[in-house]
Amino acid sequence: MKILVPVKRVVDPNVKVRIRADGSGVDLTNLKMAMNPFDEIAVEEAIRMKERGLAREVVAVSIGEPRVLETLRTALAMGADRAIAVETEVAVQPLEVAKMLKAIVEREQPDLVIMGKQAVDDDSNQTGQMLAALLGWAQATFASRIEIVDGEAEVAREVDEGIEVIRVKLPAVITTDLRLNEPRYASLPNIMKAKRKPVDRLTPADLGVDPSPRLIYTRFEEPPRREAGIRVESVDELVEKLVEKGVIG
Amino acid sequence: MSALVVAQHDHARLDPATLATVTAARALAEEVDLLVAGHEVRPVAEEAVGIAGVRRVLLAEAEHLAQPVAEDLCELVLAVAGDYEALLAPATTFGKNLMPRVAARLDVAQISDIVAVLAPDTFQRYIYAGNVLTTVHTRDARRVLTVRATAFEKAQAQGGAAEIVTVAVPPATGLARFVRREVHASERPELTSARIVVSGGRGVGSKENFQLIERLADVLGAAIGASRAAVDAGFAPNDWQVGQTGKIVAPELYVAVGISGAIQHLAGMKDSKIIVAINKDPEAPIFEVADYGLVADLFKAVPELIEKIEKVKRERAA
Ligand SMILES: Cc1cc2nc3c(=O)[nH]c(=O)nc-3n(C[C@H](O)[C@H](O)[C@H](O)COP(=O)(O)OP(=O)(O)OC[C@H]3O[C@@H](n4cnc5c(N)ncnc54)[C@H](O)[C@@H]3O)c2cc1C
Ligand SMILES: Nc1ncnc2c1ncn2[C@@H]1O[C@H](COP(=O)(O)O)[C@@H](O)[C@H]1O
Repeated sequence: MKILVPVKRVVDPNVKVRIRADGSGVDLTNLKMAMNPFDEIAVEEAIRMKERGLAREVVAVSIGEPRVLETLRTALAMGADRAIAVETEVAVQPLEVAKMLKAIVEREQPDLVIMGKQAVDDDSNQTGQMLAALLGWAQATFASRIEIVDGEAEVAREVDEGIEVIRVKLPAVITTDLRLNEPRYASLPNIMKAKRKPVDRLTPADLGVDPSPRLIYTRFEEPPRREAGIRVESVDELVEKLVEKGVIG
Repeated sequence: MSALVVAQHDHARLDPATLATVTAARALAEEVDLLVAGHEVRPVAEEAVGIAGVRRVLLAEAEHLAQPVAEDLCELVLAVAGDYEALLAPATTFGKNLMPRVAARLDVAQISDIVAVLAPDTFQRYIYAGNVLTTVHTRDARRVLTVRATAFEKAQAQGGAAEIVTVAVPPATGLARFVRREVHASERPELTSARIVVSGGRGVGSKENFQLIERLADVLGAAIGASRAAVDAGFAPNDWQVGQTGKIVAPELYVAVGISGAIQHLAGMKDSKIIVAINKDPEAPIFEVADYGLVADLFKAVPELIEKIEKVKRERAA
């Protein structure tokens, strides 16, 4: 089996972003960047499938500014075999990402695409479902367990009601949830080895996709602030306040 | 403009998030229809005809929709999408799973998790775990939207007079099938629509200790939530997770116990009306959003709180 893993370079989730003074966007200068946490989980899952002898090859792909190469090196250091960078200065939105990934799927012919459920910068939670739709494939979103059985994937999905187990035909797109696995750290020797792994560099034009955004973000602002609250000194005082507010009793 | 809302239901009742989605749809379209899909779901359609502001209820029944998968629902939505300029669903795991599939097939750029409709082509949504509020404008002829239910009033569930129209269902795609669902039944209110939510974090320490959170929830008649750390540690099931990647809640009262207040957690609860935090660390960021902060050991404070609330309730009853 061959597995394709799309990974996005995003602001490190532990960093608080700032809005540019003129409200025209988010200021990303000098911010620490990282692989989207859900995508690390996707890479980890693909590598584990390879280690279990289920997968033959794991290919990581990232779309974005040339520095996505760093993110791809991380994926290679974790254990991916090769990588594809689609380089563009445009901040590509989910539908166009899905179209580019579709073109890559057509070239690479993977049996499975494993990707994050959500990019923690745009919080769209769309790309995997869109890719599955464009390919006419099955989708299994928000996966917390994946098993390959009889040429199908059995996936436990984290849904609002609890866990839902589904079976999907392969090829399929699976999107990861947080509890699928604990991603490994790349060891130093593997980081060195990753430097020699092959990386293809493409452009959106090579894939026949116009990367221009369809949605126009016209304003960026701080969310409404909550008014400062108070410290209560005791449980009694807390209960008194809650009774006053009419929420208990 | 006309809009179609994909109803979420459990074959017995409409999910309240559907009512909020109808309100969002009404904000951009004069005509709002509702799609109720399932197997033997006429009772849900009959419930839906009462929703104020709904023109028609499209009833789509087929055996393969008894436990529908996104692939099959997508074909159905495309089959009925007709001239609707807007297609909406709640931004629950149901809507998140389905709508991008629909959007891609229609070649529409979806706008996820909207919190406001500024104009029929302009919406507000959060990015970066709730840290940035953005205004998004679409130039697509149609819009596909998922709606954050806590950001919109629920439409009146009664008083409307929609008509039920039966629609044909495309055959099953055979791409995916439902196997089973693991839910733990609970008598407590549903987390995303509860009036009060009590959430526990890593500070609670163990699954056994979580009973303390459950007891507090019970005296308050509350739903239970949890931080991701508490879920990861196995103290609480996944469907209790509140936050950026869990559920969004906005109850009248949110009580955070042993939760530090990471931005990803705040993203899921900071629109609550009153926030109470109990944490032994005075520097915990949760206190920055709390209306009432109590710096205390939860193992002392929570039993005392339970006892005192019971006392208040007894006095009220007497
Ligand atoms: C991509 C991504 C997505 C995420 N999504 C979510 C999400 O949806 N929801 C979410 O919650 N998190 C999410 N997180 C995790 C988040 O960053 C935090 O790690 C998490 O919220 C921490 O949970 P916590 O507050 O319970 O644990 P901690 O941060 O460990 O805090 C425990 C708190 O308990 C207090 N405490 C300990 N003992 C006691 C005691 N005896 N009495 C009183 N107080 C005590 C401590 O002072 C501390 O403040 C996400 C992270 C990432 C990277
Ligand atoms: N620019 C990108 N390059 C590679 N993968 C991406 C990109 N954008 C999104 N993805 C993938 O799509 C997932 C969901 O992203 P989103 O739909 O934007 O929330 C991410 O977790 C990635 O796996």
